[in-house]
Amino acid sequence: MPVVWLRVALGLYSIGLVYSVAALGRRSRWITRFTAPAVQLGMIFHFVSLAEFAHQQGSWVSSIHDLESLLAFMLMFGFALVFARYRTVTPGMLIFPAVFLLTFAAALGKNPIVFTSPMLRKPWIAVHITLILAGYAALLFSLAACVLYLLQERGLKSKSRLAISRLPALDVIDQIGYRSLLLGFPIMTLGLLTGVVLAQSEFGAAFMRDPKILLSLLMWAVYIVLLYTRWSAGWRGRRAALLASAAFVTAIAAWTANNVSSIHRFTR
Amino acid sequence: MTFALWGVSHNSAPVELRERFAIPAQHLGEATRALALEPGVEEAMILSTCNRVELLVRTRNGSADLRPFMQQRFNVGEADYQRCLYRHHGKDAVRHLFRVAASLDSMVVGEPQILGQVKQAYAAAREVGALHSDLDALVTSAFNVAKRVRSETAIGSSAVSVASVAVELAKKIFGSLENKCVCLVGAGKMSELAARHLVANGAARILVANRTPEHARRLAEAFNGEVIAFESLYDHASQADVIITSTGSSQPIFRREHGERFMDRRKNRPMFFIDIAVPRDADPALGKLDGIFVYDIDDLQSVVATHVADRRREAERAEAIIHAEVEKFVSRRSIEHAVPTIVSLQEHLESIRRAELERMRGKLASLTAEQQAAVDALTRGIVNKVLHTPISTLKTAAQQADDPGAAAAVDLIKRIFNLEADDAAARKAKSAGSS
Repeated sequence: MPVVWLRVALGLYSIGLVYSVAALGRRSRWITRFTAPAVQLGMIFHFVSLAEFAHQQGSWVSSIHDLESLLAFMLMFGFALVFARYRTVTPGMLIFPAVFLLTFAAALGKNPIVFTSPMLRKPWIAVHITLILAGYAALLFSLAACVLYLLQERGLKSKSRLAISRLPALDVIDQIGYRSLLLGFPIMTLGLLTGVVLAQSEFGAAFMRDPKILLSLLMWAVYIVLLYTRWSAGWRGRRAALLASAAFVTAIAAWTANNVSSIHRFTR
Repeated sequence: MTFALWGVSHNSAPVELRERFAIPAQHLGEATRALALEPGVEEAMILSTCNRVELLVRTRNGSADLRPFMQQRFNVGEADYQRCLYRHHGKDAVRHLFRVAASLDSMVVGEPQILGQVKQAYAAAREVGALHSDLDALVTSAFNVAKRVRSETAIGSSAVSVASVAVELAKKIFGSLENKCVCLVGAGKMSELAARHLVANGAARILVANRTPEHARRLAEAFNGEVIAFESLYDHASQADVIITSTGSSQPIFRREHGERFMDRRKNRPMFFIDIAVPRDADPALGKLDGIFVYDIDDLQSVVATHVADRRREAERAEAIIHAEVEKFVSRRSIEHAVPTIVSLQEHLESIRRAELERMRGKLASLTAEQQAAVDALTRGIVNKVLHTPISTLKTAAQQADDPGAAAAVDLIKRIFNLEADDAAARKAKSAGSS
């Protein structure tokens, strides 16, 4: 049954995807109205599916698909927060495709990598994973905001008709990006800390040399630089976008590093 | 259609003439009442704005002469009437009112004030009791049409003056202008106007710099702002989020290196330069810096031009809406008018049927209940068949209200069935009941 709910959510998220594509063609006036209600309804189905899965399997995450689904949900949660505060769906332009792909993989993917390790039953692992995924989601949001900022800045500078486009005001986009950084950083830090403590107790000091850990720390360092430059020098636009992409690339590398990691391979 | 609309507007008359027609707001109610009391006028409303004065009336028999009213009110010669007065009747009057309310007939197409002015005229007319039935329905429909045009087209969505484009751009950069600081460098009508718009939209602090201190003081007083010495302009300018510059300087005042310094001090918070001066006060290289947006007068005017073109395109869509709404209104109204005739026709024949049945009651008494029901159904069937053609003729005639042939057919039907007498009796009964 949870898969059915997830597929319903996927169907509703596909409206978000249509919005993203339409926004590229700048013909999104009518679809914009349906987007927010549709994807938020999708979130409800998505949540039901997550809860049922967790209930059935006794753990938040028992396969790679659960991870994908959870991350997609975190992204949607972020979208809902932004929408509630700023009444704009534009970050969805960049967020919805990611949400759709993740949900698609989770809902229709075959033969998932199943995590069989008994460690995953530990509640602290669930906390660790949830926090890290929320951190990823916040990072993706600030990257999306950076891209939108660049687009809007270009538009205003080119003095074309785009100048008075439907994108939110530059300052609003900036706030969305900065606030998701401010929110994401402590979450990510806590997530990494729980991971470190757990790994220390399981594997001893050797875990520090694990590539996934190293990449995660690198990502955290870039995160700090991103926050610091924004806070002290007010970096916006191009420079912030570059840093955010760097953080995002390391985050993706850290996400995929499971394959080369010894301690994050939960598939024994 | 018994509506008539007489008026002058910016399309038909120059301002010297329009101003002689103007009715001050405090006299509007009294003038409307006087118009409603003119012979032949049933209901009236007067719309008087700086761009138009229009008398809208519903007349008793389709034509009323408003000339005496105008001659008595306005000091305008016969030749001027001939030249500038337009008169619309029936459907044309409906269309004209819809276009006016939807701001399609405005000097700046799509400007939003006109709807409010029509609403004021409506309120004034209602207050003096000059609106009660059909004209009231017409004006209310005009409000709905205007609302529909506004929500379904983008006719009023973009700014079409340099000052309002400047505000719109500033909002696209800063989100809201609340608590933003504006710096006026130099003076000029256009920059003052832009500053006024920014202040009206929430800008809180105004700095004024001018080579002539008296000018600076005068401007600062007008905006409740602060004077900064022209020599220390570069030290203070970084406080401003928006800089409106219009000096007569032959060299650019704001150059790239100034911009870099400003951005440093502002921690890269964006800055918006509105450069109204010719030659320009802001070096084009300044606008290349991240976070600095420079719009010169040509940039602003080209935004205005594209918006005006947008509006023109939207206006075409609006005209289509108006066309459909006029048709809808006219046909709805005619059907409303046909309904009483149809009802009284049905009642008339039904009463004949009942009377005949009543008369035959004694002879029918011997029939069984079933047979009596059959007789009842039979008579009802005959009446319905007889009525079928006249009723459908009435309905079609109602939809072709402008066709004199159709009106003649309605009159003929009324005469054949002697409905006028019935109508009059019914109206008498109704008014007796309501009083």
